[in-house]
Amino acid sequence: MMRLPVFEFRAPRTLQEAARILDGERANAMPLAGGTDLLPNMKRRQQVPRTLMSLRHIQSLSDIELSPSGLRLGACLTLAAIAGDPRFRNGLTALAQAASLVATPQIRNLATLGGNVCLDTRCNYYDQSYEWRKSINFCLKKDGTTCWVAPGSSKCMAVSSTDTGPALMALGARVRLVSHSGEREVLLSDLYNNDGIDYIKRRPDEILAEVLLDSLQGWKSTYWKLRRRGSFDFPVLSVAAAARLSRDKVVEGAHIVVGAAACQPLAAREAANSLLGRPLNQPAIEEAAALAARIAKPLDNTDFDMTWRKRVTAEFVGYALRELRGDDVRSERESFTRYAFD
Amino acid sequence: MPDEKDSRTTPADAPEANGNKLRVIGVPRRRVDARAKVTGQTRFADDIFLPRMAHCKLLRSPHPHARIRKIDTSRAAAHPGVYVVLTGKDVPIQYGILPVSQDEQALCVDRVRHVGDPVAAVVAREELTAFEALDLIDVDYEILTTISDPQEALTTPEPRIHEYGEEGNIHKLVALEFGNVEEGFAEADEIFEDTFFFQGNTHLPIEQHASVAIKDPEGKLTVWSSTQTPHYLHRALAKVLELPAAHIRVIATPNGGAFGGKSDPFNHEIVVAKAALLLDRPVKICLTREEVFYCHRGRHPVLMKFKTGVKRDGAITGMHLQTLIDGGAYGSYGVASTFYAGALQTTTYHIPRYRYQGCRTFTNKPPCGPKRGHGTPQPRFGQEVQLDKIAERLKIDPADLRLRIVESSNSVTANFLQLGTVNLAECIRRVAKVSNWKEKFRNLPEGHGVGLACSAYLTGAGLPIYWNKMPHSGVQLKFDRSGGVTIFCGATEIGQGSDDVLAGIVAEVLGIDTFDIRLFTGDTDLGPVDLGSYSSRVTLMAGNAALQAAERGKAILREAAAEKLQVPKERLCFAGKRVFDSAAPEKGLTFQEAVCLAEARFGTIGTVGSYTPPTSPALYKGGGVGPSPTYSYSAAVVQVEVNSVTGWVTVPKVWIAHDIGRALNPTLVRGQVEGSVYMGLGEALMEEQEFRRLPKKLSHALVHKFPSILEYKSPTSLDMPEVVTELIEEPDPRGPYGAKEVGQGPLLPIMPAVANAVYDAVGVRIDEIPVTPEKILKALAEKKAGRDPRFGPTDFPHIHWPEALRVPPPWEGGDGHAVNEVPRRQKSRQEKEKVLAS
Repeated sequence: MMRLPVFEFRAPRTLQEAARILDGERANAMPLAGGTDLLPNMKRRQQVPRTLMSLRHIQSLSDIELSPSGLRLGACLTLAAIAGDPRFRNGLTALAQAASLVATPQIRNLATLGGNVCLDTRCNYYDQSYEWRKSINFCLKKDGTTCWVAPGSSKCMAVSSTDTGPALMALGARVRLVSHSGEREVLLSDLYNNDGIDYIKRRPDEILAEVLLDSLQGWKSTYWKLRRRGSFDFPVLSVAAAARLSRDKVVEGAHIVVGAAACQPLAAREAANSLLGRPLNQPAIEEAAALAARIAKPLDNTDFDMTWRKRVTAEFVGYALRELRGDDVRSERESFTRYAFD
Repeated sequence: MPDEKDSRTTPADAPEANGNKLRVIGVPRRRVDARAKVTGQTRFADDIFLPRMAHCKLLRSPHPHARIRKIDTSRAAAHPGVYVVLTGKDVPIQYGILPVSQDEQALCVDRVRHVGDPVAAVVAREELTAFEALDLIDVDYEILTTISDPQEALTTPEPRIHEYGEEGNIHKLVALEFGNVEEGFAEADEIFEDTFFFQGNTHLPIEQHASVAIKDPEGKLTVWSSTQTPHYLHRALAKVLELPAAHIRVIATPNGGAFGGKSDPFNHEIVVAKAALLLDRPVKICLTREEVFYCHRGRHPVLMKFKTGVKRDGAITGMHLQTLIDGGAYGSYGVASTFYAGALQTTTYHIPRYRYQGCRTFTNKPPCGPKRGHGTPQPRFGQEVQLDKIAERLKIDPADLRLRIVESSNSVTANFLQLGTVNLAECIRRVAKVSNWKEKFRNLPEGHGVGLACSAYLTGAGLPIYWNKMPHSGVQLKFDRSGGVTIFCGATEIGQGSDDVLAGIVAEVLGIDTFDIRLFTGDTDLGPVDLGSYSSRVTLMAGNAALQAAERGKAILREAAAEKLQVPKERLCFAGKRVFDSAAPEKGLTFQEAVCLAEARFGTIGTVGSYTPPTSPALYKGGGVGPSPTYSYSAAVVQVEVNSVTGWVTVPKVWIAHDIGRALNPTLVRGQVEGSVYMGLGEALMEEQEFRRLPKKLSHALVHKFPSILEYKSPTSLDMPEVVTELIEEPDPRGPYGAKEVGQGPLLPIMPAVANAVYDAVGVRIDEIPVTPEKILKALAEKKAGRDPRFGPTDFPHIHWPEALRVPPPWEGGDGHAVNEVPRRQKSRQEKEKVLAS
């Protein structure tokens, strides 16, 4: 079987202590939350940190703080806890749906919100064993010089594969990053970067401690995920959408985010803006769907044919918007995800 | 501790039992190994830990095709914690599962033939150390031209991947003709020509292969391994290690799934055995999932062309099948697979004239071999989809068409396969009834459809893999004073329930509970040879051997009991753990008392049973592949929903009827049927053993696209539809209690039924497996453009076929020999072996 490389293990009990450890170790250390992605990656030698610093013993990272003004979610909340919490509905539905569609029940019991937000980008040429990567002379993202997905590219094209990332972006989430020298809050959409290697602007000495959401009173949201099977799989396309409708059903606010179609979740701003001031009727939905699909640039580095993934993007945006309008799209959801979300 | 009732596995405590009624056979029972499995106590190969045990890792080739110029292991050997580094020079003797394909070496000596071919082994104190030391082995490779598919193999005779075979990179050519097919086509009202492609896929057992070897305290070799064929591994170890077979013990540990993927002797098994002997310490290897993809031996990718002539009423007048088979880098079972691809077409429907031409090529990919259905699911897919097309053109319901042409029981086919009971018609009728076929077919709303397909499969290969006249399976029974019975048999439990079959049969005959039986199976030292868990042979062959041994034991016990009870022997009944007078059931003995009496009278009681299949009427060269004591039959209806905008397919329900002969344990039989449906849907809709060739300028590597259980897509439980299983039970006299196989047959109709259902739903033909959303959209686009509404291959390449062996079918007075063949008697022993092995 595959063995983990040797590493040093640290288990601080406070955020301050954790920040101090990272400050000392810098790029040699990695924070370990659920470990469901990092540990298999380490077995494949995609990441070989000298030190693993567990966040599990820092109590405050598992807190939920719900107030009229908004929500603070500790980064170490498990995806199962989020998926199963009935408070995450209406405006927060997209987050609960995204969390519930990650991997398998066993993984969701361990995997955390922060871990999924920071999930390493994925690629058919990168998520392979050391021996396999050696046989292609490695790739740009790790140990090599060529991006096999786009050999002419000087940029790594690995795919953002987080489910909660697009959902949280559509909800306007911010994240709190804590380091030994201080802390900062950034919009999640500003945290991501469209580069398969530098996909996240978290510095190695920073800990993503919290996800912050303003009140979503009056908003509705949804998350649609495309994958081959009803479990296990990372998204090969996802659509998160949120909208606030006036009493006469006119769109007052809208966000559409397309996931797993680039190195970062893509905010489809033009598509969302096209809906403003209009009712969610068929022409409006079709226009927004076409605009959103235009920005999706799937490449041949995930499951499924890339042209087919591109082709179904507009359909998925359509499902999401029709659901926000109040249509019954449960049979479509069940057909694609084998999953009926109540 | 469970109470007595809980631990009982057989509902057999009814002393008033009527001797004629079956009390174990046919009763749904918890399988004998269920408790161990659900409580996690089954000891798989990787669960074995022994004192001083070392760990082995294999260095595998990063190149698809290269010559090994030099291997320098000195740095690895000097690495702290490394015990030994082995290379091909340490185990140079060639082996292979078939006598005609002894083309593998445990570690490549001078040539690597696919990415993942092993070139060296490191044995170290820790597995991590062994892994790290792999990077310290320096191998100097000379890169050779890579052959990536059969078309390339046909046009690139040099460099040859192997120095044997037909010519160039063609491993095997088969050409057989049973009757004049051209005359058949001349008689036809309609001729259908269709080309199909079936993509390769792999077994994906949950348990990765693992092996542990020791030099035992006496100095002999013992190997525990997750293998389906301990006997064939035993032979391969003796050959490669040059040890007397009597000094080697192979123990097949319970397999966590196998499906054909553990039926070859494997390089890692030989390597750990060699290392254990050299080091005199236990050596273990547990393959990674990626390495299992390199062992492979899975479904061959097959391009095929069917030409079929039919009368207006649907009667087939002749069929010509051509296959082009991607064999991968080694022979494995490939010669047999090539014959199998042409063997079973005649077993379902009456085909009066039949020609088969098959070509297997070598390519620089992991070798293909036997996966559930071995060689037959690919042509079955083509045949059943083409029948659907024929039915449509002839305006006959596909179920009715098949009912008109089904073969009948006990017939001999054009290619001289002796059939047993054939209840295919009943399967079709039953599945059509329970699925409401008549109401649904061509009547469901757009996007919804149903498809029907049928199949047949062997109940055990009629010939062994190496030429011999000995039984295919043997069973020994020990009757103990305690009242317990012990079964010794070489049969291998791979999850299919072979242990339960043995226990069930012996318990039934002797009137005891399966819980009173102890089993020692899959151990070459303890039990008589059973050839292995392949070709769906164990229930029939080991079952018949067990039946014979049990009946012999019963006869001994009856003798002693009759004397004691003063009752005529023929009136004695064995049931409810008693031996009693059927005329006066209260008059009797306990089973234990009967054993003690018999032992007192005759001495220690042990009996044996064995089974040898009947001789086949197929006497032509190549006639060794296809014969079986009897065949199972299946018919399935699959319902689909197809989204015409996205091409997305879902399967809400499957109905399947299986001609089992008799279900020995219906719980296990239904499990096998449902498992087959599951695997069939995976093959139909998503599974692909795909390879990726990197741009020529930069690398030209040919690698497995994604050798991982995450990205090799196989359905999950959430993707599984409701399955309605109908068992058709007419006991076949050739099987124990009438049983036929169920491990493989029910898989076969699923793939064509899915494709036929997609056509019913949206009117496009997907003549290629798997059926994926993008293929459906492409076909829908063709339909919209007014072109042929299909997706699939259009051409079959030109192959220089040899002259066909011409065998007149039985109805033309044929005797099973070819008319243009050298009589077998004049052949050398070696050639004879070849014929039989293939």
